[in-house]
Amino acid sequence: MSDTLLVEPSATSPTTRIVGTLLRSREIAVAAVLLVLIVLTTLKSSGFVFSTDGWRNLLVTPALLLILAVGQAVVIITRNVDLSVGSTLGLTAYLTGKVFIAWPGMPIPFVFLIALAFGGALGLVNGMLVAYGRVPAMVITLGTLYIYRGIFLSWAGSDRVNASDFPKAFNELGTNEIGSIPVVTIIALVVMALVGYYLRTARGGRELYAIGSDPEAATLYGLPVVRRVLVAFVLSGALAGLAGVVYAARYGTVSSGAGVGMELQAVGAAVIGGVAIAGGVGTVWGAALGAVLLITINRALPMVGISDFWQRAVVGALIIAAIVLDRVLAKRQERQLVAARDLARRETNDAGPSRKAGTPA
Amino acid sequence: MPEPAATEVVLELQDVAKSFGSVVALRSGSLTVTRGSIHALVGENGAGKSTLVKIVAGVHRRDAGVFRFLGDDVDFSSTASSKAAGIAVIYQEPTLFPDLSVAENIFMGRQPLGAARRIDYSRMYDESDRLFQRLGVHIDPRRPARGLSIADQQVIEIAKAISLDATLLIMDEPTAALSGVEVERLFAIARSLRDEGRGLVFISHRFDEVFALCDTITVMRDGSYVSTDRTDETDVDAIVSRMVGREVAELFPKTPAAIGDVVLEVEGLTSAGVFHDVSFQVRAGEIVGLAGLVGAGRSEIARAVFGVDRYDDGSVRLLGKPVTAHSPRAAIRAGMAFVPEDRRKQGLVIEESVARNIGSVIRRGLTKAGLLTSAAENRAAGPWAGRLEVKTAALDMHASTMSGGNQQKVVIAKWLATEPRLLIIDEPTRGIDIGTKAEVHRLLSDLAGQGLAIVMISSELPEVLGMADRVLVVCEGRITAELPRSEATPETVMRAATRTTAHAHDNDNPTDNRKSEVPA
Repeated sequence: MSDTLLVEPSATSPTTRIVGTLLRSREIAVAAVLLVLIVLTTLKSSGFVFSTDGWRNLLVTPALLLILAVGQAVVIITRNVDLSVGSTLGLTAYLTGKVFIAWPGMPIPFVFLIALAFGGALGLVNGMLVAYGRVPAMVITLGTLYIYRGIFLSWAGSDRVNASDFPKAFNELGTNEIGSIPVVTIIALVVMALVGYYLRTARGGRELYAIGSDPEAATLYGLPVVRRVLVAFVLSGALAGLAGVVYAARYGTVSSGAGVGMELQAVGAAVIGGVAIAGGVGTVWGAALGAVLLITINRALPMVGISDFWQRAVVGALIIAAIVLDRVLAKRQERQLVAARDLARRETNDAGPSRKAGTPA
Repeated sequence: MPEPAATEVVLELQDVAKSFGSVVALRSGSLTVTRGSIHALVGENGAGKSTLVKIVAGVHRRDAGVFRFLGDDVDFSSTASSKAAGIAVIYQEPTLFPDLSVAENIFMGRQPLGAARRIDYSRMYDESDRLFQRLGVHIDPRRPARGLSIADQQVIEIAKAISLDATLLIMDEPTAALSGVEVERLFAIARSLRDEGRGLVFISHRFDEVFALCDTITVMRDGSYVSTDRTDETDVDAIVSRMVGREVAELFPKTPAAIGDVVLEVEGLTSAGVFHDVSFQVRAGEIVGLAGLVGAGRSEIARAVFGVDRYDDGSVRLLGKPVTAHSPRAAIRAGMAFVPEDRRKQGLVIEESVARNIGSVIRRGLTKAGLLTSAAENRAAGPWAGRLEVKTAALDMHASTMSGGNQQKVVIAKWLATEPRLLIIDEPTRGIDIGTKAEVHRLLSDLAGQGLAIVMISSELPEVLGMADRVLVVCEGRITAELPRSEATPETVMRAATRTTAHAHDNDNPTDNRKSEVPA
């Protein structure tokens, strides 16, 4: 009896396992959909990829949402949500303009630091209210969405910052390219890589997943739940701040409508990319791919002659499909795992007498 | 381990107390654990064992008493600090992160690090494999924890605790979900940890396991320390009598009532993994007590009978007519009433008036042209509230402002308004003070006298013994004993409730072993 197995060992070879994981991964699925979309649209209108403008737009338009989606993914992984990022983005973009108007000679890296710090501070407010107030993040950040937007409106009024207010070097940042890849896109990709690397390889990153997977167990386990949730919100705020500067550099004009509605796009991108709204599951690569897919669909559908209404409906359907797919797959996986376990157990029981498992207390 | 460290005291608790609001969970807990010892902590449900464990683990902070760990006075404010001091706890319910891999569940927060403080995944998987090898099990460390059985989850908890290299390991009912082989393996590990000079605390309701594994036994009752003995100097009978030791009969007077016809007939009720082959009858005027340990499956059986949960097999008949499965509505129409365990969450609309609560089940009958008026509700609720002596200034008072006992009466009144033939009541007096308890008991007794059939689930042994005409003991999802009032004693009920060996080797005939002894 001593060699009876409790659980079926993992009989699969490492290669099969890795291939299987890849095939089942959401990131690959989203990437495939994206690729098909690009190929089909290009067949219809070759300029979608094969023209200087097409290529550039393909890369540059998703950059802003990509940065927001990465921050959003981190927050959602901890079983929270940050709806204030659109307002944070707008407010920071306007602040950037005001900083340049007040101090025209301000070094550009310094402006980036100011934006990161300002966004981070707004995120800290969210984090404190959520972590210490024990109020659902959805309610808190819905509140700060309006508060931050309100501050922006009363500050800016009908005023706007124009391209002429920014130094030339700053405006060029929004249009420059390094080896045919726009600088803005490079910033977004670097952010994604850094955050993704942290989530994958640092203890703190893994603890974010643990907290989202089961907050009560995380507390019992002795994980620093409050601190980690704070960090997630600060990161999301800081990235929204970064997106604000990038917005100012790219568009040149910032009015009080900047960033309206982007928070919902960011949530949608994360969900499409496989970040589970219930926390604990997902990657920033997935969220980033979701952002690219969302933006690219919006650009591709008019090219294939689909009306504005249907474009929105397609995006909505995509989000719902992603969530339903998650539920179905999770249920199926759980059933399979339970079935495999029951089988293993029955074999164990047949091999010799053993007590039936009772219900846990 | 004949070395000097063997006598060193690891954990010392003296007169530790803890209250939650007005409820005293722990009156005076004492426990002394030495190195190289496996110490059993036993007691009835609610004796305060789990509270004691949670204080040691840093989940709760004690209100009073001495708490020393390795000779130093300590006061852990979080689970992280007790863990850092060298205490590992395996809780009754596994606390895993379902979305993370098995290996990550073991090493969360202290994953092996490689260059630049990055997590070294391959080392983490290797170390997990080594841990499982030592435990003699095969679990793929890369698979997610989701979908693992309770037993497998328990194994992961054990691996986690071992990898902590703790000086003190506390196991709160680790064997509740394990099979015989798995229990043996766990015991082998526990013994090897003991021989390494660690202190272990083992909480279990299974006396065969307690006596097989532990060298010392501490008994708790009603939140207080009772006794500590060496295992070889005591026996099961002595321990059981200390666990229950109190007078019961006078407290809970059930007036004899005329027993009538069969009202409820349950046959072969089975729900995979929850309860098996449950059959019993309840007659008019009779109170049948469902006794057993927390988690034995009593509430689940009641919920299935009432139609809240599904069951796979078997039948429920009320007054000879089959009751549709999985439909509380059909159960109510057939004449059943169900007062759930958690009355605040499941039995009452706490922010609503007494009248509205009482009228809520019969609302349909109170409407005039589809409209429900407060006047109609008050008219319907008045007589019921009066009959049950609900002490409330007015029927429009909010239920949330009432005492636990009065809330319970409102819930019972709500169901009586449906004029049921069978009342299922789960933990009728939980969280109710002693004085009001007696009122609830008298009420149940009166109702039985009027011909109502009552199924009462209770974890309080004295309540079951005092109130029930017949006691059904549930253990691990099966009815392991059926005792008439005259034969039901604390000892017979506790034995049946903790009886483990009998169906360990005989799954199909649990009732044949009803009288079997627990080996010491």
